[in-house]
Amino acid sequence: MASGLESLLAHFRQMLVIRRFEEECARAYAQGKIGGFLHLYIGQEAIAVGTVAALEPQDCLFQTYRDHGIALARGMSAKAGMAELFGKDTGCSRGLGGSMHFFDVEHNFYGGWGIVGGHLALAAGAAFKAKYRGEDAVTVCFFGEGATNIGGFHEAMSLSGLWKLPVVFICENNRYAMGTPLARTSPLEDLSIKAAGYGMAGDRFEGSDVSVVRERVARAVERARAGEGPTFIEIETYRFRGHSMSDPAKYRSRAELEEQKKRDPLLVIRSQLLEAAAPEARLDAIEDEVEREIDEALRFAEESAPAREDVMMACVEVPSHALAAAGESR
Amino acid sequence: MSARTIRYREAIREAMAEEMERDSDVLLMGEEVGHYQGAYKVSEGLLTRFGERRVLDTPIAEAGFAGIGVGAAMTGLRPIVEFMTWNFSFVAFDQIISNAAKIYQMSGGTIRCPIVFRGPNGAARQVSSQHSHAVEPFYASIPGLLVAAPSTPRDAKGLLKWAIRDDNPVIFLEGETLYGEKGEVPAPELDELIPFGCARVAREGDACTLVAWGSALQKALEAAEELAAVGIECEIIDPRTLRPLDTPALVRSVRKTHRCVVVHEHWPYGGPGAEIVDRLQREAFDDLDAPIERVAGLDVPMPYASNLEARVLPTVQRIVRAVRAACYR
Repeated sequence: MASGLESLLAHFRQMLVIRRFEEECARAYAQGKIGGFLHLYIGQEAIAVGTVAALEPQDCLFQTYRDHGIALARGMSAKAGMAELFGKDTGCSRGLGGSMHFFDVEHNFYGGWGIVGGHLALAAGAAFKAKYRGEDAVTVCFFGEGATNIGGFHEAMSLSGLWKLPVVFICENNRYAMGTPLARTSPLEDLSIKAAGYGMAGDRFEGSDVSVVRERVARAVERARAGEGPTFIEIETYRFRGHSMSDPAKYRSRAELEEQKKRDPLLVIRSQLLEAAAPEARLDAIEDEVEREIDEALRFAEESAPAREDVMMACVEVPSHALAAAGESR
Repeated sequence: MSARTIRYREAIREAMAEEMERDSDVLLMGEEVGHYQGAYKVSEGLLTRFGERRVLDTPIAEAGFAGIGVGAAMTGLRPIVEFMTWNFSFVAFDQIISNAAKIYQMSGGTIRCPIVFRGPNGAARQVSSQHSHAVEPFYASIPGLLVAAPSTPRDAKGLLKWAIRDDNPVIFLEGETLYGEKGEVPAPELDELIPFGCARVAREGDACTLVAWGSALQKALEAAEELAAVGIECEIIDPRTLRPLDTPALVRSVRKTHRCVVVHEHWPYGGPGAEIVDRLQREAFDDLDAPIERVAGLDVPMPYASNLEARVLPTVQRIVRAVRAACYR
């Protein structure tokens, strides 16, 4: 394993890739190059990077529509991500998914889901498969605090607890479900106490320090891997942008935002790097590298061929086994 | 072993058991499928035979276990998810529509979802408005899903075996009133699979085409007997699957009879019934000698009282009248 400083530098690089990727997304959106809904992860990067650092390659991940950060952290190229946003055939979902539906099976990243609470059971299903086959794989599922009120949350948690599935549910509590603060949607301030009701372990911590995220998520992952069942983790965080590009975030004050920005995960990791005596030249080199990577991704997305109609038609249903062999039309 | 006469529920059970024997990734989950032996005894004996790992009793949580099935299918298993009745699938609608039906497309063709959702569809006997839905209009309208509605034990077995081996999410609509029906089914060692998208001619005739599936088929057969007695020979086409729909078989029959009546239990607004009429009016327009008639469930929520329920469901008399209208006789 890499030394403390080296792994911190690697985390810094990944977090910076996500931050710069999404800043350019916002710009491209304003230029009309990206359409539809665009939900940015800016401010929450330490959670994605810290979680991935706690996982093995065979572990699976599920995320909401705010999915760019985790996809990039897990190993998706910035090119494949940006091309998807630009609606290109070279995108991670061949231009058929868009911002909300990134997929990368090669890295066991299973999306990218647009309906609040709908993907928690899917993650439980991936965990079920690992347990059924006796495979050593843990599934991690992210969702927002807004999802903790919908039925899909309850049923997925119930069944995961009942069947002791190797799954870790991570609630990224960024304090606002679109424009509604938690206090107006839940009688609880500490959501992690819900874990007890599902017979699973619970944890709760602040998520701006990537090392803390890695360490605390790793404990839950170890429990799951050891057959001790699921964990529900609430990670307190904050998104610096609106819910989506169409949200000016008027429901919160500038003072609140500025206060939160003092805990910007990139600031936190920078100060940790300086404390650890990381050479300035290394940081500069990483920043240059990331700039080049994002530039290349933008150019790649721009120059790629548009999404293809034949691919769209071929991706409605899988050709049926024998019908396809017989060449019959349907 | 040669062909045997078995019940519809036994045919479905055989299909599941044979496929579970064949492929260790096939499993069954649902409410009361294990220890209780199935609410309609379809899964009777499967728990003993395959154990709790592969025959899973679930809590009453359709959205949860349907979603777990979808997630398991996306990552490599081939689950069979039983809904105690299709009426209860509505609370799992999001899992079927937003997730199972979309994942192949959303992922740019990289993730498949080989899952079968199955259970009894349509009216039983006086189970009233919330438990009598014929759900095919909801599911057959969704690209990304396949929909089967077998009317005989042989079709139920062959289509289900096909469905389990298919890489798409399949909506498998059984008939609650059909579970006890008997029919000849080929010997297990023949491993008969019935492909989706291939209609069956259930009766030959030249006066009028009757299209019917699921539990409505029996009524169409009875009506055809009555009509034959007065010299009107109906040809009955059972599409067997509603998506894909075997349009060429429907067109072939109408080219022969020039008249058509579509019989279905679902409501008249849209659905496969209307879809079939739409396809035929375009693809067989010049062959039709009369407007296509439909015999549908009445456009009301299902009532409880038996006299009213009988009024709402398609009846032999209504089918006979519709055929006579189509034949101008």
